[in-house]
Amino acid sequence: MLEIKNLHANINGKEILKGINLTVNDGEVHAIMGPNGSGKSTLSSVITGNPAYEITEGEIIFNGKNIVGMSPEDISREGVFLSFQYPVEIPGVSMVNFMRTAVNEHRKYKGLEPLPASEFLKLMREKKEYVELDNKLANRSVNEGFSGGEKKRNEIFQMAMLEPKLSILDETDSGLDIDALRIVANGVNKLKSKDNSTIVITHYQRLLDYIVPDIVHVLYKGKIVKTAGKELALELEEKGYDWIKKEVDGE
Amino acid sequence: MSVEEQYINLYKQHAGTIEKNSAGALNDARKAAFERFSQRGFPTKKDEEYLYTDIANSFAPDYGMNINAVDFNVNPYSSAHKYSVPGLSNRIYFVVNDQFYDKEQQPKAAPLPDGVIACSLKKAAAEHKDIVDKHYGKAAKDSKDGSVDFNTTFAEDGFFLYVPKGVKMPYPIQLVNLMTSSIDQLATCRNLIVIEDGAEAKLIDSIFAQNDHKFLANRVTEIFVGKGAKYEHYKVENTKSDMTNLNHIFIELDENSDALVNELTLQNGLTRNNVEVNFRGKNANLDLCGMAICDGEQHTDTDTLVNHWEGGCTTNELYKYVLDGKSTGCFSGTIMVAQDAQKTKAIQTNKNICLNKEARMYTRPHLEIYADDVICNHGATVGQLNNEEIFYLRSRGIPEPVAKMLLMFAFVNDVEEKIMIPELKDAIRMMVERKFRGEIESTCKGCASISACHS
Repeated sequence: MLEIKNLHANINGKEILKGINLTVNDGEVHAIMGPNGSGKSTLSSVITGNPAYEITEGEIIFNGKNIVGMSPEDISREGVFLSFQYPVEIPGVSMVNFMRTAVNEHRKYKGLEPLPASEFLKLMREKKEYVELDNKLANRSVNEGFSGGEKKRNEIFQMAMLEPKLSILDETDSGLDIDALRIVANGVNKLKSKDNSTIVITHYQRLLDYIVPDIVHVLYKGKIVKTAGKELALELEEKGYDWIKKEVDGE
Repeated sequence: MSVEEQYINLYKQHAGTIEKNSAGALNDARKAAFERFSQRGFPTKKDEEYLYTDIANSFAPDYGMNINAVDFNVNPYSSAHKYSVPGLSNRIYFVVNDQFYDKEQQPKAAPLPDGVIACSLKKAAAEHKDIVDKHYGKAAKDSKDGSVDFNTTFAEDGFFLYVPKGVKMPYPIQLVNLMTSSIDQLATCRNLIVIEDGAEAKLIDSIFAQNDHKFLANRVTEIFVGKGAKYEHYKVENTKSDMTNLNHIFIELDENSDALVNELTLQNGLTRNNVEVNFRGKNANLDLCGMAICDGEQHTDTDTLVNHWEGGCTTNELYKYVLDGKSTGCFSGTIMVAQDAQKTKAIQTNKNICLNKEARMYTRPHLEIYADDVICNHGATVGQLNNEEIFYLRSRGIPEPVAKMLLMFAFVNDVEEKIMIPELKDAIRMMVERKFRGEIESTCKGCASISACHS
């Protein structure tokens, strides 16, 4: 599914990622944890082609294609989805218009005709169920005036609409109360299959109680410094990151 | 010879002819206006109100003026479908250059309610003398703009609308200004709109230009909205790159009246929109808004002055510009609140996007408040499209140009929402989309249509 080799990336000339290696196989759930400023969000931005970052070295192979240098829209249409930590509010662009444009661009990429309006609306109705998204929200402008929880549910709704092969959930648990967290996690779990993979970026163990990872990585100072099974998340919850920092900095 | 001199000489030579081709109040006001124009001349860039637009220079070329009121020999009704808002052809009037067209009537026009008068201003000045005499020149009387005096000096005709007390127009009226001529043409046209107490009306005032000649239009529209009356005025411009459009709107609002002015500039050359509103009674409301979408070397300058002379009135002002190419936009807005105009609420907003480094926006929001119990604010922004928003849309598979277009749509959406005629809103949205898609060329010579092809 995804193979990242020796990935280095800068923003404004400052190196944030300093040689990331990561392999995600079909059907796997990976968690990437790490202290603030370790480069977690940068990694998700870089994989999805955010032009604010410059990749200086390395490869990102997604289903056999090197996606380094590919446009964000092409990476999306290849099947990578990013659930944003801070979803952007776009006043004036309706959710319906936004999603119809996105779905039809994905279809065009695959050589399919645009979806007829009635089928599209049916699809919207179906997918909203995954995250119990209110009908009214779908008629509003993208994320405008949405609460923190609604924004995150809206991200998972978009994920359901676009049916990605690889989903990256960037701090999807931040700003969620326990009910919203459960709804969001349920949505993600319902969308899981043996053919698609998930990378969960998170600070805390909390979300991993609901979305259970196969493999847990710790990112620190732009490198993956530890990889283990799901028990690593529990250990981090208990002991914090200091012991890892000591291990790495003491080397 | 100064720019003004050729026109001063022209008037002196042809004053008799101009009077002969006009009537009543238009002629009564002419001589005094000519004296003022001779003294003031056109505004220059030294005038505070015209810092960014050299209007005198626009009058310098040798344009033809139709002083003799010669017939332009077109029947606009034969192609009315091109200028009419789709689905909205109930009643449409034409002014060809500066002549009200009444040789033919609109086929199958919806009947006018009892007492409503819609006709040539020249005809109204003779046949409805009392109404015209009472209003003509009264809304524009305090203007210090020489180009308004120029209009009063030369205007022979235009459109007249009168809606009597309590009558509610059941459909919007469309007034189409069509610029078309076999020579470079200067059109001086005058409109008068009188909405009596408790009456309601909506006017779509559109301007189109066709063929290869240069045009200069200098129009003055005076509007009177009576007590408790409601009036909406949509000014739509879809002209061409070598068109100069100088447009003045003066509005007098009486007690408890509601007025909406929305100026939609979609395709143009050099445009100057002046709006002056005077609140003459308490508790009236004004929505004043507009948008300009410019590319190439288009230039759109808006100057608004809203005078709150009476208390309890509300102004909501919103202008938005999207500038591409080497286009320039200017906005200068003043809201004045007089000492006795307590409980005034006024908001003035101007937001602008420059899509590249060569596009320029000049904005000067301005409040002048002499009362102490008011809620007023103003703000202006000039920026680019937001990169985070663009990335968000692209990360969902939407190509960059489409993402930018969606954001531009979103940007002008709140001005479109102030179009209260659904058919017009749809037509404008369609034109905006075509403009953003680049299907309307900045060098377009104009094929004069609100909906169809723009080659």
